[in-house]
Amino acid sequence: MSRFTLASLLAVALLASLVASVRFGSVELTTAEVLAALTSGDVQMHRDIVLQLRLPRALLGVLVGGGLALAGATFQALLRNPLAEPYILGISGGASVGAVTVLALGWAGLGSWSLPLAAFAGSLLAIVLVFRVATATGRAMDVRVLLLAGVVVAAFFSACVAFVLSISSARTVQTAVLWIMGSLALASWKSVLLAAVYTVPAALVLIGLARPLNLMAIGEETAHYLGANVEGVKRTALVIAALITAAGVAVAGVIGFVGLVVPHAIRLLVGSDHRVLLPLSFLGGAAFLTLADLIARLALDPIEIPIGVITAFVGVPIFLVLLRRSLEA
Amino acid sequence: MLASVRERRHMRFEVRDLVVRYPGAIRPALDGISMTVPDGCFYAVLGPNGSGKSTLVRSMMGVIHPAAGTTSIDEREVSTWDRRELARAVGAVSQSETLSFPLTVREMVAMGRYPHLGPLSGESDADKEAVAAALAECDITEFASRDVSTLSGGERQRVRIARALAQQPRALVLDEPTNSLDIGHEMAILELLRRSADSGLTVVVVTHGLDLAARFADRLLLLSQGSVASEGTPAEVLTEPTLAGVYGWPVSVSTDPASGTPRVTPLRQGQV
Repeated sequence: MSRFTLASLLAVALLASLVASVRFGSVELTTAEVLAALTSGDVQMHRDIVLQLRLPRALLGVLVGGGLALAGATFQALLRNPLAEPYILGISGGASVGAVTVLALGWAGLGSWSLPLAAFAGSLLAIVLVFRVATATGRAMDVRVLLLAGVVVAAFFSACVAFVLSISSARTVQTAVLWIMGSLALASWKSVLLAAVYTVPAALVLIGLARPLNLMAIGEETAHYLGANVEGVKRTALVIAALITAAGVAVAGVIGFVGLVVPHAIRLLVGSDHRVLLPLSFLGGAAFLTLADLIARLALDPIEIPIGVITAFVGVPIFLVLLRRSLEA
Repeated sequence: MLASVRERRHMRFEVRDLVVRYPGAIRPALDGISMTVPDGCFYAVLGPNGSGKSTLVRSMMGVIHPAAGTTSIDEREVSTWDRRELARAVGAVSQSETLSFPLTVREMVAMGRYPHLGPLSGESDADKEAVAAALAECDITEFASRDVSTLSGGERQRVRIARALAQQPRALVLDEPTNSLDIGHEMAILELLRRSADSGLTVVVVTHGLDLAARFADRLLLLSQGSVASEGTPAEVLTEPTLAGVYGWPVSVSTDPASGTPRVTPLRQGQV
């Protein structure tokens, strides 16, 4: 498939899933009603549904889905590991500890910001820990050490989560488990803002690093010989991808699969040039998560299925078909 | 492409009293090495496993920071070179690369243009020409749109050398470029490197092939346990007592009737 074809397809898919997620729900709106709600606001109920519920939720899906896919593609390149995904550095574990602690203590000192900020702080803690370990020797950062430190820190945090949950009430446990599984249900303009402040500039920087990332993906020594600033690119891109992930987890919980599957699917379709891979991963992740959220809301309405279930149910078959086709080609 | 290289200035590598220590190692990997690779020379670095060959070339390229001593390229300390400037001057090929993601041959070779590109600029006609010339020079034009992972070891090695040539460098530094290749592919690569040297590039090659080094290289450096055991022309370096001492194995050195260069035959136990 040509790059242009895929880019156009993804853009159309994103637009369509955006329109659909604003239109469909327990109250179904026509496109005209949506436009009327956005511009004039004559029908207050439509206006509330569109502006307070569905639009922030759809935009959050775009930011989180795009951000996770972009972060996943970046981690895969830097760690030269196709199994790398955004949570590989223990970020999800750190965020979960923050979130679960806030829920267990019933702390709401910062109002509706409490949960996302605690989750974000937990992610930052994980990032700092893992990076401190990986750079402890004072020499060049070894990505294998980083990977190992990430796995160990993640294991530690999941033990922390298990501990906090074991001494919490059943109600807290249920809320916490739902949060950990990931959801866009808590979307608000605040969370859109929190996600956007990190994701948008960070995405631009990562896409700007596409060319050196191409070199990093074939090996650090070779990247060095080809003129890349290996340590600089590695540290900048890792920190930025980690922050995008942290922002995403803070506002939407631990949504699995987007960061792993979307970059691979794009790679199978158009190859590994990061100048194409990174922007299309963002587009693909955004469309995929927005669509998954729509399905999560509508499939068993009024029950909402955890979005991570949908990303896996939809993502796995698509990915396996692509993988098979690439092997046959 | 090679014609334009010929007009440019040559390249000279110089190493003075170089000491490299790896953390936790008992003895230094390089223990006070000095050597000079003259302009336009085909220079082979020989020595047993673990004698410091790779460490030497990686230090020459500034990947490893020495504990003492200096390595300079064109009379400038290697650490003072801008990375992109260095990549335009020297094309280096490491011992191995693992491919984690799909990549076509052309994409791989085009990465050699990285140090020539501005942060936002696309590939110019000159870039495309350099890539096409490198593909042709390494005889891999017909594979250009194939995935690198589908190629044989010899073809892959030619892709990596083509990528270094696409940098349009004045020197090539290669760490065991013919490792694990059959004689046909090995000869093809050495002939290619010899042609590059004849057209004006300085070529530094790490190799285990004593006989082939004698036939292709102008000068040899024989390392032993991080020190220089011998340096000079093939006839000066490849002598029976030197090689027997360095490799810890008796050898017989004769003259190759086809090429007139030294030929090294390791002896069987009990053979004199």
